[in-house]
Amino acid sequence: MKPVDFDYVKPATLAAAVDLLAQGNGSVKAIAGAQSLGPMLNLRLVQPELLVDVTAIPELLGTREEAERIVIGAGVTHARLEDGDTSERTRAVLAQIASGIAYRAVRNRGTIGGSLAHADPAADWLVCTTALGAELLLVGAAGQRIVSAAEFVVGGFETMLAPDELIVEVHVPRLSAGSRWGYYKVCRKRGEFADASAAVLVDDARGFHRCVIGATSGRPIVIDDSRPLSELAGAAAVAEALSPTALAADAFAIQVHAAAVRRAVTAATA
Amino acid sequence: MSTASPNARLVSLTVNGRPVARLAAPRTHLADFLREGELLTGAHLGCEQGVCGACTLLLDGEPVRGCLAYAVACEGRAVTTIEGLDQDEIAARLREAFTAEHALQCGFCTPGMLISARDVVERLPDADDARVRVEMSGNLCRCTGYVGIVKAIRRVLEDRKAR
Repeated sequence: MKPVDFDYVKPATLAAAVDLLAQGNGSVKAIAGAQSLGPMLNLRLVQPELLVDVTAIPELLGTREEAERIVIGAGVTHARLEDGDTSERTRAVLAQIASGIAYRAVRNRGTIGGSLAHADPAADWLVCTTALGAELLLVGAAGQRIVSAAEFVVGGFETMLAPDELIVEVHVPRLSAGSRWGYYKVCRKRGEFADASAAVLVDDARGFHRCVIGATSGRPIVIDDSRPLSELAGAAAVAEALSPTALAADAFAIQVHAAAVRRAVTAATA
Repeated sequence: MSTASPNARLVSLTVNGRPVARLAAPRTHLADFLREGELLTGAHLGCEQGVCGACTLLLDGEPVRGCLAYAVACEGRAVTTIEGLDQDEIAARLREAFTAEHALQCGFCTPGMLISARDVVERLPDADDARVRVEMSGNLCRCTGYVGIVKAIRRVLEDRKAR
């Protein structure tokens, strides 16, 4: 046993969870599957006084199909998405992303909302929900708000979540029939956090032409423009996109990120 | 198991089919709860950060990391450790195949390997070598080089198809 001696509570309602978070003065952490926070607790990189387990809150546990989007509860596990808990046009993409996250034993516990809230720059959902144009429903003491996945992340391991806020739902837009998707991550060993990653979505019917570069030193880099994918995939374009980041001086980082973009583009155009 | 913690509480689980209730601090993860409280030392602790897979066990029949599931968060659920798979048909075939294919040497990773392998056999009856390698990538072995492990799992998959 390695973590600090925290207390633990598992509220049954969203309101109770928000109350507990609001009373915590910042020393409270929300936890779901514990697959990201667990290692940090075991390493004592995080030393909370209280963990609020959100896995009994009904609003976080379901998925549903709406006309224009798929709604995924923040507490839905990667394994459920891998096994096709959602259907229709977006299904294959979500299942494909989920199946590449870590290992099955981790996917059985880890959740989409937990991964997003943790905001590791190399995490799959962070990069992919940004590329898919997803939105997040956040609920806190002051009420609820909807933010885009792209604006949700402020920096590495930093989000716009207030201390008393939880991610409740992830809204993934339904992809058009002619849309093209590609995602690639560079890992030295399968299942590890990526050294570089990239996701590409071209959905002309919705006016969507986006490339997202992940595993950077901070928030994912979003490139929204209508240049042909082959041009976006060039090393020069990637170097330009990375120029405002801490990776700009790292030739190797630029090279592996360029490889990730190129392979994501290949996947999208294959 | 730091039952002296002011935060300790009674945790009730079903362990290998048997009801267990024991005081535990919330920071006690499932592997410590089982190893130190129940003396079920089959789930091994390697990295304690979810990477090595040695502590993998079944929670309601699904493989999870014993080091990344706090016992208190598993209240009321059913845990199966490697000790609970003595009579399990797939686990028995895997044990035979691991022996035949030299799929272990020191044995430290083996409990986690068997738990993950059983999940692969149950969930992916058509897995080929490449898929088995992908699915087993969350369990590290520092002795065998994995060749024997992959062969052993494929042997069980092929046996089951032939029956």
